[in-house]
Amino acid sequence: MNNQQADTAPRRAIDVINAGMDRRKRSEKRFQLLGKLSIALAIGFLAMLLGSIVSKGYGAFQQTYVKLDVHLDAAKIDAENLNKGNYSGVIKEGLRNMFPDVSGRREKRKLYSLVSQSAAYQLQAKVIEEPGLIGQAISIWVPADDEVDVFFKGHINRDIAEEDRRIKDNQIRWIDHFIEQNRIEKRFNTTFFNAGDSRNPESAGIWGAVVGSFYTLLVTLLLSFPVGVASAIYLEEFAPKNKFIDFIEVNINNLAAVPSIIFGLLGLAIFINFFGLPRSASFVGGLVLTLMTLPTIIISSRAALKSVPPSIKQAALGVGASPMQAIFYHVLPLAMPGILTGTILGMAQALGESAPLLMIGMVAFIVDIPAGIFDPSTVLPVQIFLWADSPERAFLERTSGAIMVLLGFLVLMNMVAVILRKQFERRW
Amino acid sequence: MQIDILFITLMLLSSAAFFIGRQRASKIVQGQIQSLHSLPSFYGFFAAIWSGLPAILLLAAWVVFEPAIITNIVIANLPEHITSLGQSHVNLVVNDIHNLTLGNLTATEPSAEIIAAADQYKSLQATSHMLLTIFSLLLVFGFGLVSVRKIHPQLRARNVVEQVIKVFLFLCACIAILSTLGIVMSVLFESIRFFKMIPIDDFLFGLTWSPQTAMREDQVGSSGAFGAIPLFTGTLLISFIAMMVAVPVGLMSAIYLSEYASTKVRGIAKPLLEVLAGIPTVVYGFFAALTVAPLLRGAGISLGLDIASESALAAGLVMGIMIIPLVSSLSDDVINAVPQAMRDGAYGLGATKSETIRKVIFPAALPGIVGGILLAVSRALGETMIVVMAAGLAANLTANPLDAVTTVTVQIVTLLTGDQEFDSAKTLAAFALGLVLFVITLLLNVIALRVVRKYREQYE
Repeated sequence: MNNQQADTAPRRAIDVINAGMDRRKRSEKRFQLLGKLSIALAIGFLAMLLGSIVSKGYGAFQQTYVKLDVHLDAAKIDAENLNKGNYSGVIKEGLRNMFPDVSGRREKRKLYSLVSQSAAYQLQAKVIEEPGLIGQAISIWVPADDEVDVFFKGHINRDIAEEDRRIKDNQIRWIDHFIEQNRIEKRFNTTFFNAGDSRNPESAGIWGAVVGSFYTLLVTLLLSFPVGVASAIYLEEFAPKNKFIDFIEVNINNLAAVPSIIFGLLGLAIFINFFGLPRSASFVGGLVLTLMTLPTIIISSRAALKSVPPSIKQAALGVGASPMQAIFYHVLPLAMPGILTGTILGMAQALGESAPLLMIGMVAFIVDIPAGIFDPSTVLPVQIFLWADSPERAFLERTSGAIMVLLGFLVLMNMVAVILRKQFERRW
Repeated sequence: MQIDILFITLMLLSSAAFFIGRQRASKIVQGQIQSLHSLPSFYGFFAAIWSGLPAILLLAAWVVFEPAIITNIVIANLPEHITSLGQSHVNLVVNDIHNLTLGNLTATEPSAEIIAAADQYKSLQATSHMLLTIFSLLLVFGFGLVSVRKIHPQLRARNVVEQVIKVFLFLCACIAILSTLGIVMSVLFESIRFFKMIPIDDFLFGLTWSPQTAMREDQVGSSGAFGAIPLFTGTLLISFIAMMVAVPVGLMSAIYLSEYASTKVRGIAKPLLEVLAGIPTVVYGFFAALTVAPLLRGAGISLGLDIASESALAAGLVMGIMIIPLVSSLSDDVINAVPQAMRDGAYGLGATKSETIRKVIFPAALPGIVGGILLAVSRALGETMIVVMAAGLAANLTANPLDAVTTVTVQIVTLLTGDQEFDSAKTLAAFALGLVLFVITLLLNVIALRVVRKYREQYE
């Protein structure tokens, strides 16, 4: 920069430096700005991601209900055999009575499609609970159809041409009628939290997937925690220095970076095809996720064990403990907070994982809530994947809602890990 | 007896042996436990391990081998006219028999022979379970008795117990090797079967990919083409776009955070960046498919460009966002590892901060940064959910980021989800793709880890 040539006019070095100073300061500023921009960009992406999820998904926690006056005609519902009654007929009749001017098959079908197919089941449940209602006229709040729900939440613009929207002019007229009579309202969507999957958005819920995730993570935790901690103890405290141990360590480091989908192939070829374990079961999912999270748990447990000062172990050895006793009674308890933090982070990673589970058949459409680790089930991220594929506008909302729930669980787990670290971490 | 009840019984018996052993140890020395070699509880564990371990091992071996052996006996006893129909038919029959024994519905109305076979299966199973129960109980009581009788003050119970624990710890550590082995075997064997059907150079260098093999011989396109080049180019294109986003943003963020930012800014921005790493990939996939792709398409229309709704650009962009924290945290580590003396030297010569970073720190940290980028590339190549949700299915051989392309991982998922027979070239192709993916990511990881380690040693 300032190496002067001898044959140029005698200038002092400081002049040369000063001459370039402005340019250099400008480039310094540019460089800093670039750094700030990058961080702003990354955080902006995060904000955009979360913003788009929340703005799409907050509506999923509410569901539109409509109030119908129905006559529980004893001719349609046999008091002796409550499971066989024509409940949907009762609902349809209630709708027809509200709008007596509706005629023609197509019109009527449009009218019936205002309320959810699950309305009949709800009515049935109510009648089974109180058989005395038969023969009476009652008012009942039933869930609206998903298109009505989307319209009532204001996501469909009524000014666009009729053929471009899923909800037609006459349906809008009927909905307006409901609104005038205060017969339509949004309520907290309990179905979303306590139902299994369904083809109808208004009766689809995440509970089945949450339970599936729970079982899968339970299997993962029960297998990966003991095995991971045991491996870490061996490698950190007992392993001799030889080629074989090096090979194990290389393996662990590489497994941590193997694409998750490869673990799915392993699960399919070995657990399902070779050992004949059932497809779609959370047990197999747990096995696959165990293999995936083991490296994480081993690496973090080793770091935690390493951070315990050697003097603790030496003191235990000095008063006559065996190496095994020194580790299990003194080193391991002190390393436990670190190990648990690593385990929780590993579990959080496993909770968000979906690609390997697609391979072992956990993508099936499963309505029932799984009752055990061998039942067919799905998990929350896979449920999100399945719903994201559905064309209905209402499923878009529910997908985002399910994502918010998933992120909520992840935030919770990470918070526990952070608190654990803050509370119990000791600086030696 | 049921296997699970048997298992619980064995566990209970073995814990009973623990108490008996402990009791006996203290009794033998009349409560003077200082004259024992080990603490009384070690004698308890000694008895428990001896009584429980052999029986549990037997149980495990039995559970693994029993179904295969019984099935083979049943097949051997099947009438001639069923076994003569060939392997695949026998497999179907065996499936039916299994279903019948489990009380499930079978695909077809079972014939008398199959019902008889199922009954035979059931009775064999009952006999085998009875034998198992008798043997394992004999083992528990026999070994338990011997071990309890062996207890005397000079017995080195602690050494034995600790040795067993050590072996257990060692076996746990070996699971890492087992799972690598499992991965290699599962992808390799299926791939070898695939390459017997489709020559390996057709697969690696073929230009068309249409894995739909037809049912009938004479159908159009019945051959099915398994040229994977379009998949490789698609994967590389999307990964390249991702790296174009992640490397500059991640690297500059790392530089700013480690060299310029105050502790306060660093304390806020760093965790926020890590949040990006913690978001599940399925969420990124949803974001890419339902927010970014329509946005790009809209922007393209207003600019007069035709951007496919499943464009490589959308998937790559979002994948890049996902990888930012990986690049930034790895680069952060290596930048912080550059010795302070090198910075001080540059400042002493009058360099500005950015000059120091560009001309001193960056070259010094370059090997580590390259290692980090290689890890990020391997992550991008293997990423699945984002591309499954946002990239296309059609295998286009193109380098245009506005077109839809497909990737290796997308094809693995599409070929293997849903029901299909396990022996078709279509299914096996997924394993061949998996093998390619595994080998490439493994190479990248090995190189990257080696580079990073070497770099670290340089400054330690």
